[in-house]
Amino acid sequence: MKTREKEKKLSWKELPDGDLLEAGTAAKFITGDWRTEKPVWDGGKCINCMFCWIACPDSSIIVKDGKMTGIDFEHCKGCGICAKECPVKPVKAIIMEAEKK
Amino acid sequence: MVLTTNPKGKIVAKTGNEAMAEAMRQIAPDVVAAYPITPATEIVQIFSQFVADGVVPTEYVAVESEHSAMSACIGSSAAGARTMTGTSSQGLALMWEMLYIAAGLRLPIVMAVVNRALSSPINIHGDQSDTMGARDAGWIQIYSENSQEAYDNMIQGMKIAEQAKLPTMVTTDGFIISHCMEVVETMPDDMVKKFVGEYKPERALLDVKKPYTLGALDLQDYYFEHRYQLADAMNKSKQIILDVAKDFEKEFGRKYDLYEKYRMDDAEVALVIIGSAAGTSKVVVDELREKGVKAGLIKIRVFRPFPHQELAKDLANVKAVAVLDRSDSCAASTAPLYAEVTSALFTHSGGKAPKVVNYVYGLGGRDITLEHVGEVFDRLVEIKDGAKVGEILKYINLR
Amino acid sequence: MANLKELCKKEDLLTGGHRLCSGCGAGAIARQVLLAADTPVVIGSATGCLEVSTTIFPYSAWKVPFIHSAFENAGATMSGVESAYRSLLKQGKLKGDIKFITFGGDGGTYDIGLQSLSGAMERGHKMLYICYNNEAYMNTGIQRSGATPLGAHTTTAPAGKVKQGKEQNRKDLTAIMVAHEIPYVAQSVVGHWNDFISKVQKALATDGPSFINVLQPCRLGWAYKPEDTMVLGRMAVETCMWPVYEVVNGEYKLSMKPKEKKPIVEFLKPQGRFKHLFKPENKGILDAMQIEVDRKWEKLLKLCGQAS
Repeated sequence: MKTREKEKKLSWKELPDGDLLEAGTAAKFITGDWRTEKPVWDGGKCINCMFCWIACPDSSIIVKDGKMTGIDFEHCKGCGICAKECPVKPVKAIIMEAEKK
Repeated sequence: MVLTTNPKGKIVAKTGNEAMAEAMRQIAPDVVAAYPITPATEIVQIFSQFVADGVVPTEYVAVESEHSAMSACIGSSAAGARTMTGTSSQGLALMWEMLYIAAGLRLPIVMAVVNRALSSPINIHGDQSDTMGARDAGWIQIYSENSQEAYDNMIQGMKIAEQAKLPTMVTTDGFIISHCMEVVETMPDDMVKKFVGEYKPERALLDVKKPYTLGALDLQDYYFEHRYQLADAMNKSKQIILDVAKDFEKEFGRKYDLYEKYRMDDAEVALVIIGSAAGTSKVVVDELREKGVKAGLIKIRVFRPFPHQELAKDLANVKAVAVLDRSDSCAASTAPLYAEVTSALFTHSGGKAPKVVNYVYGLGGRDITLEHVGEVFDRLVEIKDGAKVGEILKYINLR
Repeated sequence: MANLKELCKKEDLLTGGHRLCSGCGAGAIARQVLLAADTPVVIGSATGCLEVSTTIFPYSAWKVPFIHSAFENAGATMSGVESAYRSLLKQGKLKGDIKFITFGGDGGTYDIGLQSLSGAMERGHKMLYICYNNEAYMNTGIQRSGATPLGAHTTTAPAGKVKQGKEQNRKDLTAIMVAHEIPYVAQSVVGHWNDFISKVQKALATDGPSFINVLQPCRLGWAYKPEDTMVLGRMAVETCMWPVYEVVNGEYKLSMKPKEKKPIVEFLKPQGRFKHLFKPENKGILDAMQIEVDRKWEKLLKLCGQAS
């Protein structure tokens, strides 16, 4: 279990009442270390079709101003959906490689 | 409860159900989600008519089960709306799962519960098995002796729930109170409205600019802390209940406490009892007093949080006590109220405690008469005078 | 018609860092739903994979208000939220347009939560209920559900020496929802993002309750390679195992008709849950499944006015 910053385990007095939790905090939780394979993106080949982006279950395709700019390796679990969905031919703009541990 | 007439009040004849529905009309919650069940049906039926007539601004959600009733109440309360419901017996049993969740999420839902026996065998009459089974769900439990108390407790209950951030059930005995016409003093709408105040939750789901997640998965790291918060809130709610009672007395003239002490000052023999049978028993206490027997009675109003320390103090000087339970705990050594009372005495009386016996009575609406209560007192007097206690748990009027 | 160029300018309202399996279609579903909405939303969820994996305290992946209470009552819980909204709006205690979206897996929707969903739809609460249907109770470890297809291996209807997986056909929940005569009902699938997002947008624009049954391949329970989630979803459509269509005010409309209807074995073969059916002695089950799919497909075509 890895997090961006060390998780401060709050006491009952410090926690908000009743199983209430602030929105979007999962971004601090690192799931990138689940990967056994890693997507490698070639910006030169990318046609910004966004097929990878819309299919990614982990919100890990980084997009700025309508263009793909990279992959969020803090959260990408290496499922390979992005590479599979990439329509670029003959060589895809995203290919999967073994994760170096 | 001490009956005092407030010059602003209105004396009316109401059944327990009508009195509770009237309190709900005056509270005018934002949402009521409910499913009918005998003998509580009337409460939400009367209330539905208020909605249909535009008397209240409430959204009435006529759900398809009690489980869904409590689920919808949870959604509504979490959304930031003042939320109420009502049920009984099997309905409460079907809600079981959601009772714990309402408490764990700290949602101030107020529920009118008309106490009724639990199946099987199916029975529609009054006993307290239903709410006693829910006693550890994290709900504040306030019991009523009559329609007046039911009305007053509903109004106080709303304020208590919201201040304590705890769901609260207010109960009456099925048919005995729910369907019995009594004299009730109701207060003007504006006074009730002012007393209850506006509901301003700290967080609400509909406050979309401050989003949060409610009902997250809590594992070993956090569950314990959240459950402790609940226990702590329950303990602290005792003071809130007392403060609200004080405010209520100031506004409306009727005095409430965690329990009512009836002729207890010098009592040597006493009953501890909950609900409508307290009324019957008070008559016996009065008769005994006339005969020179120092009899008294404690009527528990707030069962959760249970007033352990207070009760131990008030019972310490009594010689013999009978705890009367309108529910049973199969094969536990005693019934629920007895267990609480003796635990209180064992823990908080400093070694000075009365002899205590337990009676289970009135299951499934079985009558309890003046004679039955008289016999209990006869035994207490014998015990006080040195007779052996004998069997702790006895059943009243069981063939 | 959803436009990715436009959609990708919107903020992602589901963060990474949730604990759904690698390659899980539910994460994509949740993201796409949130991207489809143009107003603030409140999300509710039944207990299930999506809920537990996205809200492990103190980490929530939801950047929008989210409530979970229990397993069988997502419809009822959201009924309460939506009623609160209407009440507060009516009383002037609240302003603004908010949409209500409820998620349930097939367990929380087809089975244990069916009553609560039915009640919520019948009462007309203005909410979109999305069943992310992965055809078994995946959260508790792949047990059979009312949505599990005939012949599939699950841990409570396993393939063994004398039984070959589930012995019953799945029920048609979408038809049950259509029978509620709510204004919008649809089937969609993970893998056809455009179909799904368009349907979510139509549903959210509906003045009344709406329901979408979206097929979500589960890499763990269906036993396939994680990268194939979208491919398998599309294959379910091409084989007519899971036709995508919508029913607007009672009118059926086919969303996609395969150019060439493929045999179901093309959908079944890549999945471990159907592996045992490819033994020669089980050919009869495969044939029965194909007959059932053909029958349902013809029935749907008729409903859509496209009978062959």
